[in-house]
Amino acid sequence: MPDKPDRNAIEVVNVSKIFGSGEGQVAALDKVSVSIRENEFFTLLGPSGCGKTTLLRLIAGFDFPTAGEILLYGQDIAPLPPFKRPVNTVFQSYALFPHMTVADNIGFGLEMLGKPKAEIKARVAEMLKLVKMEALAGRRTAQISGGQQQRVALARALAPQPKVLLLDEPLSALDYKLRKEMQIELKRLQHETGITFIFVTHDQEEALTMSDRIAVMSSGKILQVGSPWDIYDKPADRFVADFIGETNFLTAAISSVGNGKARATLKSGATVEATVADGFQPKDNATVVVRPEHAKLTKDKGDLAGTVDNIVYFGTDTHIHVHLDSGEAFTVRQQNSRSAGCGFERGDKVGILIGNDAAQVLRD
Amino acid sequence: MATAEEVAKAAERRDVRGRWLLSAPALLVILLAATGPLLIVVVYSFLAPGAYGDVKWQFSSDAWTSVFLERDIFDDTLSLAAAHVTIFWRSIRLAGVTTLATLALGFPTAYFMATRSEKTRDLWLFLITIPFWTNLLIRTFAVLQIIRNEGIINTILLKLGIVSAPVQILYTDTAILIGMAYVYLPLMVLPIYASMEKLDFRLVEAGYDLYATRFKVLWKIIFPLVKPGVIAGSILVFIPALGAYVTPSILGGGKNMMLSNLIELQFGQGRNWPLGSALSITVMIIVMVALLAYVRNAGKSGVRHG
Amino acid sequence: MASNFSIKHQPGFTAIAATCFVVLYLPILVLVIYAFNAATSTSEWGGFSLKWFQSAYQNTQVIDATLRSFQIGAIAAVLSTIFATMAALATTRTASYPGLTFKYAAINQPLMVPEIVTAVALLIFFSRIKIFTGYSGLGYLIAAHTAFCIPFAYLPIRARLENMDLTLERAAADLYATPWKTFRRITLPLLWPGILAGLMLAFVISLDDVVITEFVKSGGQDTLPTYMLGQIRRGITPEINAISTAFLLLSVAIVTLFFFVSRKRD
Repeated sequence: MPDKPDRNAIEVVNVSKIFGSGEGQVAALDKVSVSIRENEFFTLLGPSGCGKTTLLRLIAGFDFPTAGEILLYGQDIAPLPPFKRPVNTVFQSYALFPHMTVADNIGFGLEMLGKPKAEIKARVAEMLKLVKMEALAGRRTAQISGGQQQRVALARALAPQPKVLLLDEPLSALDYKLRKEMQIELKRLQHETGITFIFVTHDQEEALTMSDRIAVMSSGKILQVGSPWDIYDKPADRFVADFIGETNFLTAAISSVGNGKARATLKSGATVEATVADGFQPKDNATVVVRPEHAKLTKDKGDLAGTVDNIVYFGTDTHIHVHLDSGEAFTVRQQNSRSAGCGFERGDKVGILIGNDAAQVLRD
Repeated sequence: MATAEEVAKAAERRDVRGRWLLSAPALLVILLAATGPLLIVVVYSFLAPGAYGDVKWQFSSDAWTSVFLERDIFDDTLSLAAAHVTIFWRSIRLAGVTTLATLALGFPTAYFMATRSEKTRDLWLFLITIPFWTNLLIRTFAVLQIIRNEGIINTILLKLGIVSAPVQILYTDTAILIGMAYVYLPLMVLPIYASMEKLDFRLVEAGYDLYATRFKVLWKIIFPLVKPGVIAGSILVFIPALGAYVTPSILGGGKNMMLSNLIELQFGQGRNWPLGSALSITVMIIVMVALLAYVRNAGKSGVRHG
Repeated sequence: MASNFSIKHQPGFTAIAATCFVVLYLPILVLVIYAFNAATSTSEWGGFSLKWFQSAYQNTQVIDATLRSFQIGAIAAVLSTIFATMAALATTRTASYPGLTFKYAAINQPLMVPEIVTAVALLIFFSRIKIFTGYSGLGYLIAAHTAFCIPFAYLPIRARLENMDLTLERAAADLYATPWKTFRRITLPLLWPGILAGLMLAFVISLDDVVITEFVKSGGQDTLPTYMLGQIRRGITPEINAISTAFLLLSVAIVTLFFFVSRKRD
């Protein structure tokens, strides 16, 4: 199917969605543009109220945009009602029809498309096999577990072979273990069916592990689109850096920008090499971010100096919160080893080493 | 092709139009056979009575004057119509006392039902629903058989020698009160129960944890939270009790009239349709005042939970 | 110290509740027992007998009134349920639109006005129409019953609709179902228990009505309740007990059915 790997399945062009009118107007989406490639696992990530679900509903057809176009393989689908769009949704609440069996639920879309009975039957069987639910085909949906309902919802949305599958926080109702299983399952399904997935979540970990690309959203805008690696390691701005993972923010003076590198002079006086976006103008009052796992704690003098405030044990690693002499706060993540302790105690005077690739200058 | 926004606007207009069409039959039937005729009653109340019932088509405010006043036959002076005032007062008093009595009995009953286990709760609800659905006439008739002179109460009292002659309950205000409290009790219990069922008993636990006594918990925690149910129940009892027809007809006999009997009289032997109309509207105004009080109260005690 | 402190206990409440239930059922029980009384007087017990049931059954007035009650009740219940279902669909699950509050008020209006007032209003209105058209059939009673049954039928249907998950219909639309197909395949089947409950409620309400029927009926149009009212006013015989018992049985049967239908969750 994917003859041209970079063909766009969905193009969202300058889409705005305004709810209410007059004084109470709220822009849920503010001139959003984004392209989603064919056959990719694309995630809309952001806190609740950021507009990600609104965007999904516009693509599904449950709402109409106030302005802008939504193109599906080049055709504007924004004015079409949902039942005329070759796009299917997996709902957060699953929305399985309680008065139908598992098999009837899965076959519903095909039935509505007027497919012959034999074809529906074969396709339903195929879908049941795909989500490993053959044994429960005749059950009512109320009689199966949450994880099973999730599978049925997936099968139901995949059965009509939609051009794009929309998933609205489908894993949020599952417990931790099941969620992890379903994450792998979803990746497998996407791979096997070759369908473009648009996945909505507020869980950054979920987004990082599953997606080919992620769009980070906030207040009705898309802040950054990129691979999980891009998003985590090269956050475009403060919001993205803060929202994805944990991070340390330091004030620094930036000089000699060039070749994607810059010299950042920290409040402690130390100077470190930091990555920087092209075209960044040197300035005194910039923000530099350092991920906690990219810094190292030492009892000797480091790039930063401070006092250990608190030590929090996490099993695989330990977070050491340091109160810097500059007044800023800094967290260092240290991998735990079999030998006991992290080697530091509250109140210890410590130094922090920042490696050459660890710091990044923020665009803000 | 139309833009998405135009399509959305058109769909919305279509939706509203469809919703009007869908509700048209119900609205039409109610307009023709319930609401509309009420307006005619207003018109009739300003006309003069016809000789053999119905009305003469000429304006007259006599009907309204005689709702509370009567004209002396000899000197034409107006004085308070004692008979009407008595009946108004009896109706309001009996409806009020009925409401209080059903509340006093219904609140603990609803509480009892709501504190049963999940399974048995349905059974209790079922038991309260049966009388609710049973014909009001039959239930009034059942009360009649209990309280009349030859009824079970008097028979027992006589047999036990507590009284030497049957106690006359039937055809008194007390009989009407007993009858109304009996027939309207489920109307009080059901809405209170509906509120009570949603009550989160962890709040009660929190109350006890914070040193409240049983009474304090009841008065300061439970009652405020189920107040919407209590108000709804009171309205559901008060309105039909005020306009009660069957119960006073059967248990009150001829002389202990309530408003509905007085109204009926104007359309029967009284042959004074305008007065009957004016009285009907007066009843409706009293009900509206009660309803308005309810709406304002319900608005104020906007406690929502569950 | 009390070792088992029950947070749900309130002193005296259980006793009052028990009294209420006894008092609610005792008169009905006595009424039913006396229906099987062989004596002609209703004040003494003359042994067990079914003769009053037999006499009621042979009383053509009773049978006529019963059939008339059923006829009016059935037609009014079906009409009011259809109208109420349509109205419920039109007034639920939507953002507020102009006229919505008016519709709520209009539909519930018959509940807000004392029956006697509606009865008088209909008496006046229909007597005019009778003079005008010359028609004096059951149509008036059916129209009146349909009108006051609508708010009752509307209640359970609206409740069911409001508890219904809108995403189900959205899911159907997402799966290529047109609005009509969504209604037929999803909304209607899920709404069905509410519609049945509304139908039964309307039927019972129509069957129970005394006041409006008493004022609206033309001569010879007695329903069972208005016939019974007339009889009770004239003096009571155990035949009334027998009729009441049969009526009661029907009510209990319908409530039981209603209870199971409306409690059914799926």
